Amino acid sequence: MKFGRISAIAVAALTATSLAACGSGSPGTGSTGGAAGGAGQTVKVGIKFDQPGLGLKSGSTYEGFDVDVANYVAKELNYTPQFVEAISSQRETLISTGQVKYIVGTYSITDTRKAKVSFAGPYFVAGQDLLVKSDETAITGPDTLTGKKLCSVKGSTSASNLQKKYPGVQLQEYNTYTLCVDALKAGNVDALTTDNTILAGYAAQAANKGQLKVVGTTFSTENYGVGLKKGDTAFCTQVTTALATFISSGEWQKSVDKWLGPAGFKPGAGNPPTAAACS
Amino acid sequence: MGELFATYPILAAFGMTLLLTFFAAIGAAVLGTLVAVLRVSPVPLFQKVGALYVNVFRNTPLTLIIIASNIVMIVNLGFSFTEDIARDNVYWAIIGLTVYHAAFVCESLRSGVNTVPVGQAEAARSIGLTFGQSLVQVLLPQAVRGAITPLGNTLIALAKNTTVATAIGVAEISGLQKTMTEDRIDLILPIILVVAAGFVVITLPMGLATSWLSGRLAVKR
Repeated sequence: MKFGRISAIAVAALTATSLAACGSGSPGTGSTGGAAGGAGQTVKVGIKFDQPGLGLKSGSTYEGFDVDVANYVAKELNYTPQFVEAISSQRETLISTGQVKYIVGTYSITDTRKAKVSFAGPYFVAGQDLLVKSDETAITGPDTLTGKKLCSVKGSTSASNLQKKYPGVQLQEYNTYTLCVDALKAGNVDALTTDNTILAGYAAQAANKGQLKVVGTTFSTENYGVGLKKGDTAFCTQVTTALATFISSGEWQKSVDKWLGPAGFKPGAGNPPTAAACS
Repeated sequence: MGELFATYPILAAFGMTLLLTFFAAIGAAVLGTLVAVLRVSPVPLFQKVGALYVNVFRNTPLTLIIIASNIVMIVNLGFSFTEDIARDNVYWAIIGLTVYHAAFVCESLRSGVNTVPVGQAEAARSIGLTFGQSLVQVLLPQAVRGAITPLGNTLIALAKNTTVATAIGVAEISGLQKTMTEDRIDLILPIILVVAAGFVVITLPMGLATSWLSGRLAVKR
């Protein structure tokens, strides 16, 4: 990708020029990368709109842990974020076509995705877990699921992997987690599986508070990263620095407690993570 | 592309799409004919019931019908056919597709009935046939032949609408497409091509058969 690199340098140079013309500096960024922040420029940021506790649109405001991360990164880089919805299947397209500058939306860092986009982070280590009714005692982990009904959303590979490993499990799939939560509360399915962060977000919702609990035995590792344009190392480094400050300043812990804490959720081992170097 | 076919049950998923299409088409043909009979019957109450059915189901989004068949019928009312969740969802998806498309089948047939000159019905009644006899012997045979094209359109729409069944987890092709996209974003173009080509293979013969039949069966007047 020679061309991509050259154009990235060109963009960086242009940004630097325009900054110099404006005569504004931005705090916390060195001049080595060339592009020194956005000088309050508005950028589009992809988040989830439908995940309580992580990225949720309520009215005209956005709230959740991922939203806090997105806002903090934007603040550190001196950008004004404008949120757009990034549904899972469109995340790579949104980034590679430049429709969003970066995405913070329960975006697990995987090798197949790295072929299309670059990641800064991880900023959170999540894992697949189970959500059950709060009076459930029989289900303590995936190996106690035999003969039980498990719910997940279509396209989530984690659920079908679980079913392959434990053939006695019956899988009900819907197009949204909300329907799973309804079926779980009605007693039609016994457990709901996906990343523990998403589960905690639902358990912490006012309508479900006290009725649901996260089991707490994770059986996969999902490293959430900030998705950005492939090969944009300069920008990636800036985001990584911002994420490190987010964690070291205690904002990370505050945000986790605020959005996922009400469900009694504690981040698992490896949290808060150290962001990997950009390549 | 070979990797996709080796890793994912693509053919089985298209098989499920065909199965949903096949049974829902039969169901919709039967139910749609019944509703059409109600709508063209001489009894005002029956006409109203038929019109109500068509207006309710034709104007309700299919996604809503499919999700309601699971969330309302299974989850809240407990109407399950079997303990096996996957099969239960297939049955309910077929029922949901049937009630939705029956409304369109009914309207197609009614448009066919309107192609039959009024004189035919009057002649049938005047030689002493009852409403039922004139309907079965005179009106419907001509109506079906006049309605081949709109019925074919409904069938093609049905084949593509089966993708909505993924909302309640039926293992058909659009659900598999989501799974494949989630795992293998690097192969997104081959995935889209395979799914699109599969639907062309399914629907194109339907369209060709419809055109051929409508020419062949047209009532020469």
